[in-house]
Amino acid sequence: MSEIVLETRGITRDYHIGGGLFGAGRTINALKGIDLTLEKGKTLAIVGESGCGKSTLARIITMIDAPTSGELLIDGAKVDITKKRLDSEMRRKVQIVFQNPYGSLNPRQKIGDVLMEPLIINENVPEAERRERAMAMLTKVGLQPEHFNRYPHMFSGGQRQRIAIARALMLNPRLLVLDEPVSALDLSVQAQVLNLLADLQDEFGLTFVFISHDLSVVRYIADEVMVMYFGEAVEYGTRDEVFQNPQHDYTKTLFAATPRADVESIRKRLAAKAA
Amino acid sequence: MATTNTKDPNAAVGLEGGTVIAVTRRARLAEFWYYFSQNRGAVIGLYIFAAIVVIAVLAPLIAPHSPSVQNRGAFLLPPAWETAGSWSFILGTDAVGRDLLSRLIYGARFSLFIGVVVVSVAVSVGIIVGLVAGYFRGAIDTVIMRMMDIILAFPSLLLALVLVAILGPGLVNAMIAIALVQQPHYVRLTRAAVMGEKGREYVTAARVAGASNLRLMFKTILPNCTAPLIVQAALSFSTAILDAAALGFLGMGAQPPTPEWGTMLAEAREFILRAWWVVTFPGLAILITVLAINLMGDGLRDALDPKLKRS
Repeated sequence: MSEIVLETRGITRDYHIGGGLFGAGRTINALKGIDLTLEKGKTLAIVGESGCGKSTLARIITMIDAPTSGELLIDGAKVDITKKRLDSEMRRKVQIVFQNPYGSLNPRQKIGDVLMEPLIINENVPEAERRERAMAMLTKVGLQPEHFNRYPHMFSGGQRQRIAIARALMLNPRLLVLDEPVSALDLSVQAQVLNLLADLQDEFGLTFVFISHDLSVVRYIADEVMVMYFGEAVEYGTRDEVFQNPQHDYTKTLFAATPRADVESIRKRLAAKAA
Repeated sequence: MATTNTKDPNAAVGLEGGTVIAVTRRARLAEFWYYFSQNRGAVIGLYIFAAIVVIAVLAPLIAPHSPSVQNRGAFLLPPAWETAGSWSFILGTDAVGRDLLSRLIYGARFSLFIGVVVVSVAVSVGIIVGLVAGYFRGAIDTVIMRMMDIILAFPSLLLALVLVAILGPGLVNAMIAIALVQQPHYVRLTRAAVMGEKGREYVTAARVAGASNLRLMFKTILPNCTAPLIVQAALSFSTAILDAAALGFLGMGAQPPTPEWGTMLAEAREFILRAWWVVTFPGLAILITVLAINLMGDGLRDALDPKLKRS
């Protein structure tokens, strides 16, 4: 039996752009009713162009922003951050990894402090145990114990992203929101980080919401795919359904626009050029 | 694995890196000193400033004369190396026969005291108000910033004068007035820095980890805003001394016979053509102190900002 970790019902989010001295304010519907359910241990990939509402959805799922309307259920419990402050039990269930590894680590915090901070805030564990757990997580994401006392600027982009992942995992979350976690990294490092994520998912039984605009990455990591277009989910299904039989025009265009680099397609392209 | 860093950490980082887990306060201090000492100007500034502090503390032991005793028959005596000079008054005497060197030595106490009090009052109030404005934005921000704009709209010395006129003349009231006049600069600097940092992802990440508003404000955001504040504090240390001198000159600050450098400068103004030493030495004292503090502030910023550290 599978348990539902994340469920959203008709989530909308409006942004009001204040009217100036002249002209009235406008309202932008960033999300127009998103429904989704996600089982434990699965990966949902959210794909779409810039400005389609992917990151807005990520912020709502992570309980940073409140939706304008609709319901967000985490582990079957309804969450409404406008009504009451989140307790740490709820807060720790969802964690996030950001796109930009250069902005997501506090430049004045040593790596050890970065990893121990969530524990200081949420758990009452002695200093020695905190240190031990942070150290264990550091080695788990493929870094060395001697990195513990270094500052973020001493690391490469891929290493920083590993640190960000380690920080997100310190609280043993149920759900990890990955907001384009590899798009700022170069290709070989992307593969390493993706493999790390897959390993961690198996080990901790994590559920992923993976936001991306890179279809090859999505094909590699996703179980389910949601394609978003101007705040709407135009396509939602399992990976194979979506990739093999796209229904919506936008999805078809999106897949057609993916560059292909296998030998077969290059031959075909050259032949088309020669003709 | 490609991501394991094979670069050797440099000596200072190695001090507390490696397998040594316990980061002691001493190791942190050693690291700070390592980066600070890379900047030669800052070290020189620190030595000069330390010397001034020592002089100020030990003033009664060092000073050859009392700062307020008037030596009849020794009015406007030139420094010892001039033809009419005397070695018992090394830097000469002022118009009423007080030993200039002793007054300068005692004056170091007042000038440092003014600088420290004014800067710490202005910094602490300014940082808190600026943090609140920049972090919460909205109506609070508008109210605070308009108030700061009003303070900034007055010529600073005039406003300080008005405040002293209300509070009554004296060194303490002058310091309060100067602190109030300087504090909008800190509010603005802090607010701008906080607004810049607040949108960064590491702040959001800390929020997601459950950090409270207070923790976000003081532990996450504030340490990343200190560099401009330190430089501003160092610079306004000198402004504070100068403003206090100006108030003293107008009869609103340190009252004679207090041997405050600025007041000495003001008292000596009418003798500038006849006796160069009565204006030169207090002026030099202010110049050297301010320069040393500014150099030190620069080095402090470099050492406190990890982004400038070489890894």
